[in-house]
Amino acid sequence: MRYLLRASFLFLLPLLMPFALRAQVTSERILHATDEPQNWLTYSGSYASQRYSLLNQVDTSNVKNLELKWVFQAQSLQKFESTPLVVDGVMYLTQSPNDIVAVDAKTGRAFWVYHYAPSPAARPCCGIVNRGVAILGDTLFMATVDAHLVAVDAKTGHAVWNVKLAEPAAGYAMTLAPLVVKDKVIVGVAGGEFGVRGFISAFDAETGKEAWRFDTIPSPDQAGHESWREGDWQHGGGAVWMTGSYDPDLNLIYYGTGNPGPDWNPAQRPGDNLYSDSVVALNPDTGKMKWYFQFTPHDPYDYDSVQVPVLVNANWKGVASKLMMWGNRNGFFYVLDRATGKFLSGHPFVKVNWASGLDANGRPVTTPQPPGQPTFPGIQGGTNWYSPSYSPRTGLFYIPAWENYSTIFTGIDTDFHEGQRYTGGANTAPIPGAENPVGQRQGPINIYTEALGSGAVIAMDPATGEKKWKFEMHDVNTSGILTTASDLLFSGGREGYFQALDARTGALLWKENLGGEIIAGPITFRVDGKQYITIAAGNSLFAFALRE
Amino acid sequence: MTLCRLFLRAWSQCAILCVVFALFGVAARAQGQDRAPVYFPSDIQYGAQIFASQCTACHGENGDLIPGVNFRAGQFKRVISDNDLRLTITTGVPGTAMQPFNFGASELTGIVSYLRNMSSFDTRNLMRGNKERGQKLFEGEGKCATCHAVNGKGPRVAPDLGDIGTIRTADLVHRTLLDPEGAMLPVSRYVHAVTRDGKVINGRRMNEDTYTVQLIDEQERMLSLTKADLREYSIVKTTSMPSYKDKFSAQELADLEAYLLSLKGVK
Repeated sequence: MRYLLRASFLFLLPLLMPFALRAQVTSERILHATDEPQNWLTYSGSYASQRYSLLNQVDTSNVKNLELKWVFQAQSLQKFESTPLVVDGVMYLTQSPNDIVAVDAKTGRAFWVYHYAPSPAARPCCGIVNRGVAILGDTLFMATVDAHLVAVDAKTGHAVWNVKLAEPAAGYAMTLAPLVVKDKVIVGVAGGEFGVRGFISAFDAETGKEAWRFDTIPSPDQAGHESWREGDWQHGGGAVWMTGSYDPDLNLIYYGTGNPGPDWNPAQRPGDNLYSDSVVALNPDTGKMKWYFQFTPHDPYDYDSVQVPVLVNANWKGVASKLMMWGNRNGFFYVLDRATGKFLSGHPFVKVNWASGLDANGRPVTTPQPPGQPTFPGIQGGTNWYSPSYSPRTGLFYIPAWENYSTIFTGIDTDFHEGQRYTGGANTAPIPGAENPVGQRQGPINIYTEALGSGAVIAMDPATGEKKWKFEMHDVNTSGILTTASDLLFSGGREGYFQALDARTGALLWKENLGGEIIAGPITFRVDGKQYITIAAGNSLFAFALRE
Repeated sequence: MTLCRLFLRAWSQCAILCVVFALFGVAARAQGQDRAPVYFPSDIQYGAQIFASQCTACHGENGDLIPGVNFRAGQFKRVISDNDLRLTITTGVPGTAMQPFNFGASELTGIVSYLRNMSSFDTRNLMRGNKERGQKLFEGEGKCATCHAVNGKGPRVAPDLGDIGTIRTADLVHRTLLDPEGAMLPVSRYVHAVTRDGKVINGRRMNEDTYTVQLIDEQERMLSLTKADLREYSIVKTTSMPSYKDKFSAQELADLEAYLLSLKGVK
C-alpha cells in the first residue's frame, strides 16, 4: 500500500509541479506586498502606491556609508524610465524599446533578455520609453510602444501571449507598467498628443483575452458625454499612461487620465471635456466607473492628471478615513475621499497663476493669463509623472517639483489627421522670443533663461496643505521618490545626483553624482540580509548598499 | 574687460551643449507645435534671403510655380505643421525635383518663418547684409574680436562664435546685438565667488548644478568650485558687452549679422 502511494505520488508529481511553480507570485502576495519588504512586487511597491518601505538597515546614521555594488548598463540610449520589480532575489527591468531583462538582484548579472521589436509605425510623443513590468504567477506582463500587451515567462524570457490593443499608426502607444489585480492585467494607452480616444483595459492574465475596456472619453451613449461638443469627443485625448492604484477593501482601482485633445486650443473643444485630467475609480472586475473627480476641467495647459494615486488610511479631521493624495501637474496638492471621490482639500505646492484657488468642490477658480503672458506652472507642470511618496511615519507627502516654472501658451485651430500630432498651438519659453528648450536633455533647464525655474523635493503636510520643508535643486526634479521606515528619503533629479535626505527635516545626508538624468523612481529590496537601493540614471541602473 | 567682452555669449558659448541642441533640439522644439506663435522679422528676413538664392529656381519668386503648391497662399501638398515643413526641406520629396537640403537649424527657422509670412512680407524692404563688411566690423570698429574667438582664434573670456550661425536664430543674433543683457543665456553669465580663505574668483559660468559650478576665469583657467566651500557666490546680471543699437547703422547691423550667420562651425 505504501508502495502504491509512493508510486502514485511520483506519478502525480510532474502534474503538480507546474501548479506549485505558477504560484510564485500570487495575487495574495501582491495584496500584502508591504509585508515582504525584501521584494518589490508591483510598480509602486504596493497597491497603495506609497513607495514607502519597511526596510531600515540603511538609516540616517549609516546612509553615508552607502557604496556602489553594481551597475546595469542598458543597451539603449533612450531615457531609462523603468522601475524594476524584485522577486526573491531576481530583478526584472525593461530597457528601450521593449526589452525585459531578468538580472540577479545581488550582482546585476543577466539571466536572460526578452527582446520585442515594436512596429516602426509606433510614434509615442516623448521617447521610446517603458516604465516597467507587472508579474503574476510565473508570468511577466509588458505594455509596448506599439500598443501591444505581451506576457513573458519569468524564468526563461519566452513569450507566452501577445495581444494588440490599438493601432500604433493612429498614435496609440503604451509606456506604462501594467497593474495586476486578482487574475487581470490592467493597462491604459498613451497618445494624447495625437488626438486618440483614451481607454483603460483589463486582460485575463492566463489567456490574454480582453475582459473589459473603459473609455476615458465618453461616447454619445455614455455618461459624461454632455461635457463635449458634437464630434469633438472622437479625438478627445484622455490618455492613460501611468500605472494606477488599488483598494482591495473598496474593490476599486484608481487611474489618472491625461489632457484633452487638442492640447493647447480649448476653443476647439468647448465644455469640461470629461474624463480628461481626472481620476476615475473603477471596479476591477467589470470596468464600471463608481466615481470620478476632474482636476482641470477644459484644460488649456496640458496638465495631464496621470500622477500615481497615493492611498492613505489616516485620520481626517479626527475621523479614520480612506484618503487619496495627489500632487497634480496643475500645481495643486489634493486630498480626496477615495470611497466617494469627495474633495477634501487642495493647496498649491508651487507658484500657480492659472487659478486663484479651488472652490468647495475642488473645482478651480480659473484666472487665465492675457495672451503672450506666462502661465505658472508651465507645460511640464508643477510636477509630472514622477512618483511621489508618502511616509506613514512622518505623515508627510513628498512631491518631486518644478518651481517658478512657466510657459506662454498659444492656441491655434488645428485640423485632425489620424496619426499626426494634434496639439492645437504652441508653447514657448516665458520670455517672448527666448529659447524654449522643452524636452532637451543637454543641460539644466534654466541654461536658456532664468525664468525657466528650478527643482525641489517638497514635503507637504496633508492635514494643513502647508509645506513642512523643501530641498532645492539647481535643475528640475524629474525623479521619483522613495521613503523608508528609517526616515530616509531618496530622490534624484535631472542633473544626475542621487540624494538621501532626512524625511523629517529635508537635510541632505548623502549624495552621489551618477552623471546622467534621473527620470525614474528609486526602489529598495533585500537579498541575503543586505538592503539595496537602486536608481536609474542616464542609461544605466545603479545599485547601492552599505559598505561591508 | 573690453567692450564686447561678453558679446553674444547670449547665443552662446556652450559649444558642446548647443551643438547637440542645434542638431536635435531645435527640431525637438518645433516638434509638437503646429505653428510658432510668433515669427520674428529678423528670421523672416534671413529666410527671404535663403529663399531667393536656394528655392526660387523651382518654386519661383512668388512660390507658386509648382502645381498644387503656393507658398503665398499657404497652399501645400503635405505640410501641416512647421515641423512638417522642416522635414520636407531636409528630407526632400522622393520622386520629385525636391531634393533634400542640408540646412542648419537657424536657416530652417528662417525659411519656415519666411514661408509662413510670404503673403505679407515685402521683399523690397529686405536689408541685405554683406558678410565681408560685417567681418571688418567684427574685427575692427565693433571690437567684438577683443573678447570673442572665432573657431579657436581669439580670446576665451566670451563664447567662441565660430558656429553661432548654426546654433542661434537670426532673430536671437539680432536681439543680442541690440540688448545683450536681456538676450544673454544665463549659463554664460559671469559669476563672483569668494572662497573660505578669502580668494576671489571671477569668471564666465560654463555649467552649474546644485552643489558645484564650473567656469573659466579671467586668466582663462578652467575651474570647478564646490559651493559648500565658498563664503560668497553670486551671479552677475550685467555685461560689459555694449548694445549696438545706436553704435551701428541699420546697414552695419545687417552686415554684422550676415557675417555672424555665416559662421557655421568647422566642418
